[in-house]
Amino acid sequence: MNNQRSLFFNVDWFVILTYIVLCVIGWFNIHAAVYDPLNPTILDLDTNYGKQLIFIISAIIIGFAILLLDSKFFTTFSPIFYAITIILLILVLLIGRNVGGNQAWIPIGSFRLQPSEFAKFATCLLLARYLSSGTIKVQEIRTQLVAAFIILLPTVLILLQPDAGSALTFSSLILLLYREGLSGYFLVIEGLSILLFVLTVLYNKYIVLAGIIVFAGIIFYYYRKNKKMITVTGFGVLFSILFIFSVDYVYTQILKPHQRNRIDLILGKVDDPRGIGYNLNQSKIAIGSGGIWGKGYLQGTQTKYNFVPEQSTDFIFCTVGEEWGFIGCFFVIGLYLFLLIRIINIAERQRSSFARIYGYGVASILFFHIFINIGMTIGLIPVIGIPLPFLSYGGSSLWSFTILLFILLKFDSNRMGII
Amino acid sequence: MNSFFARKFVVQGIFIALIAVLITRLFYIQVISDEYILSAENNVIRRLPIYPARGVILDRYEKILVQNEPVYDLMIIPREVKAFDTLEFCKLIGIDLAGFHKRFKKARTYSPYKASIFEKQLSVQIYGSFQEKLINFPGFFVQNRTVRRYPDSIAAHFLGYIGEVNQKVIEKSKGFYSQGDYHGITGIEKSYEELLRGQRGVQNLMVDALNRPKGNYANGKYDTIAVSGEHMISSLDKELQKFGEQLMQNKIGSIVAIEPSTGEILSFVSSPAYDPNLMVGRKRGNNYMALLNDKYKPMFVRPIQAEYPPGSIFKVVNALVAQQFRLINENTYFFCPGGYRYGRKGFMGCTHVHGSINLKNSITESCNTYYGYAYSRMIDHSGMRSVNAFKRWRKAVSAFGIGTALGIDLPGERNGLLPTDELYTKRFKNDQWGSAYTISLSIGQGELGITPLQMANVMAIVANRGFFYKPHLIKAIGSKKVIKKEYLQKNNAGIDSKYFNVVIDGMSAVVNQPSGTAWYSKIEDIEMCGKTGTVQNPHGQDHSVFVAFAPRDNPKIAIAVIIENAGFGATWSAPIASLMVEKYIKKTISRPQVYVDRLLQANLLPGAIEFSSASKKIKSDNISSTTNTNEKANPVIRTNE
Repeated sequence: MNNQRSLFFNVDWFVILTYIVLCVIGWFNIHAAVYDPLNPTILDLDTNYGKQLIFIISAIIIGFAILLLDSKFFTTFSPIFYAITIILLILVLLIGRNVGGNQAWIPIGSFRLQPSEFAKFATCLLLARYLSSGTIKVQEIRTQLVAAFIILLPTVLILLQPDAGSALTFSSLILLLYREGLSGYFLVIEGLSILLFVLTVLYNKYIVLAGIIVFAGIIFYYYRKNKKMITVTGFGVLFSILFIFSVDYVYTQILKPHQRNRIDLILGKVDDPRGIGYNLNQSKIAIGSGGIWGKGYLQGTQTKYNFVPEQSTDFIFCTVGEEWGFIGCFFVIGLYLFLLIRIINIAERQRSSFARIYGYGVASILFFHIFINIGMTIGLIPVIGIPLPFLSYGGSSLWSFTILLFILLKFDSNRMGII
Repeated sequence: MNSFFARKFVVQGIFIALIAVLITRLFYIQVISDEYILSAENNVIRRLPIYPARGVILDRYEKILVQNEPVYDLMIIPREVKAFDTLEFCKLIGIDLAGFHKRFKKARTYSPYKASIFEKQLSVQIYGSFQEKLINFPGFFVQNRTVRRYPDSIAAHFLGYIGEVNQKVIEKSKGFYSQGDYHGITGIEKSYEELLRGQRGVQNLMVDALNRPKGNYANGKYDTIAVSGEHMISSLDKELQKFGEQLMQNKIGSIVAIEPSTGEILSFVSSPAYDPNLMVGRKRGNNYMALLNDKYKPMFVRPIQAEYPPGSIFKVVNALVAQQFRLINENTYFFCPGGYRYGRKGFMGCTHVHGSINLKNSITESCNTYYGYAYSRMIDHSGMRSVNAFKRWRKAVSAFGIGTALGIDLPGERNGLLPTDELYTKRFKNDQWGSAYTISLSIGQGELGITPLQMANVMAIVANRGFFYKPHLIKAIGSKKVIKKEYLQKNNAGIDSKYFNVVIDGMSAVVNQPSGTAWYSKIEDIEMCGKTGTVQNPHGQDHSVFVAFAPRDNPKIAIAVIIENAGFGATWSAPIASLMVEKYIKKTISRPQVYVDRLLQANLLPGAIEFSSASKKIKSDNISSTTNTNEKANPVIRTNE
């Protein structure tokens, strides 16, 4: 009894409240997205919003069930979870159902399980367990390699489905590693890499190379007395040259045409609002036409009349943008930001490094989904098919985000206890 | 707390910074840019036109000349088509399998989701049998529209026809017309297009991403209803028109009848005519080509587009103008030795040796000599230079509405031809010419071109003793019966009314005196005043002309009848005119059926003789022939009646 009470008081209700509000917002927007003005239904469990209601209720049940479990369960069995996930990821490649070009689902009865969703928390758990154990130091190259292996194994398996969007999610864990001591250079290099990638795709690679050499020349001149700086710059130039050529190779040889199209669209290399740019264009129209105050609930013409494909799943944010306007978007994004900051603060108040590391994993993965998904709907980022946490329609994604979040809340509720 | 605690702020900073980027971008596309609002509206709103009913055209007694009849366009939405009995379908609408596949492919190419026309204008009968089985043909539906229907199949030239607008018209209309609209192409349909077409309505429909309709936009707040076109009350007498067209069967020519007191056109016959219903419906294209290639040119609107030298009927004009100039009067006698000598060797023959003849008899007996002298007085002996005298004469003649289009409410009216002094000065290379050079004008030959409408209008002037109203075909517009102001305005022909008496005396004698040229066409109880004429035709038989008005006092009708290649005016044109006049005034025909039958059955088509474009050739050939005679300076102009 005493244990129950302390659980009730120690759980972070701010996060749970935010979580529920987001789920409810999601549910209303899914309703709007599937709403057919000529056949308004009251509550039909066969429709997407009817099903989503079941998903939300079951997710909340799962969430509270996690709170009732012992937190040792997660720390102890994290390698097992990871192993099961890896097996499932291999299994899905063998017996999975192919939906929309991705071999990502395992049918279980009337449900379809998406192992890649569960790989997110399993990877976070194992990574937290590995990095929190004893004398591990992230600065050591061996640690970095093992961590990279833990992250890359599910990534590669997901890439084989091929589900590039979900695979990219794991790249966000670099923030976790950074917090645990990975050199800040990695972040800088990642930033520069993105810049170089964009430049290489947009312009002739030799022009980009020439620019880099000129830039390096200037640095050499200014720091000609500083040996260390010269070395760093030299490596930088070498890395850049290799990177540019590999980008060129990846872009033209490895990327599939539709992926190349998505990148080209965002970078403005092609303009084809009726063909390959249809999704993006309609999505921008939906959000853009919302104005400041939005068109009102169930009043979005883009939403009602199915102009935006995938509207209740990956493009659910269009409905928010169209029907609730800038104010609605600001509110939803505000909730997300609040959640993210709160999760970081929760992570930092943990006494166990396992819980802290795991918390950073949760924040990184949620942030990646939020930023990429919203960025994609407003044309900042190439179209990458990943869901918007708690808002998008779909059982697997909602459950996996719920599990991800509630495991952290469980750790947090025990933070005063002895690990 | 470990050593990297501060990195918390870096991570949170990255979150905040990137989310700020999202917010900024959202602010831009939602609040600053309005491009997306327009795009969203374009996506979802379809403006559907609602077609108004075209105005109906009535005759002067408000009987229907043109009305609207429903037809049924068979529409298809290719995507919704499911397997069905193609053969039965084809049989029902009367197409073959190949035609079916062609149409289906065309519709598919246009859009699999949008409705397009599969087959145009199904008749009521086909629609009836098709409607019952429509349920067997998913993806097809029927949309009704109206087409023009002409219950009596008359007055094609006057009514004109409508047709689909072409790209040029669409561009010119500044957005009024769009693809598939109909507009008037000729006749009243064209000249009153703006009133007849009505006001198109718009329905703002919302559609989904697949273009399927999803109800009204803003509950129809921005919709407008269609306003039907105005109906037109024409001046035509339907029965008279029908009778006129029957009389003109197998003849080439025109009948124009005008009510002198108003300028309203009672009958507007252009022969050969065609059934206006041919220009409607599925076979329209073929019919149109057949009419276009017909050697008798049925599409040619002869009453306003054919120009003829008027011949003897022009003597009426010269008689009036010469009196107005006080150069002759009713007691002026000239001696006719059987012709008129002019210049050194010129001689213009006359039908008879009239001896000493006065003005009245010169009309009745159509004495060429008399008008040779009268014209000579007007040009050579008027106390001014001949060129100036000619100018004065020309001005007086043009006041009769000759040489310029009268401005009838139909498209394509021609001016006719009334030569100017410059023409002759140029031709003779100096301005020293006198009446001898242009003597054929005295008897209505030479460089004159007058449309049948202008001839009838001259008669209206005589009937009114000096004035006319602009001839027109639409009496009143709409339910308020609006009359155009210009039709209420009197036009003065510049001749004092007292000068008409003697001319009318002469014209009355033409018909009502046994020695008159049109005695055969006398009408019981009605004093018709007329003048026969024969128009020289260098290509074949002369054209028969008769103009008249009746009754003499308080005239009700002025008429011109021209029959090409029919010889003397008295033989064919005069009796036809007299029947028309009697029919209009008495509503019945008092003459024996044999009399009428002879006219109805006569076939005066030039037969094997190739006959093309009546006006142009005649006009140009006359000019050239006159040129020759004048250069020789001693032409013998052929006798007129």
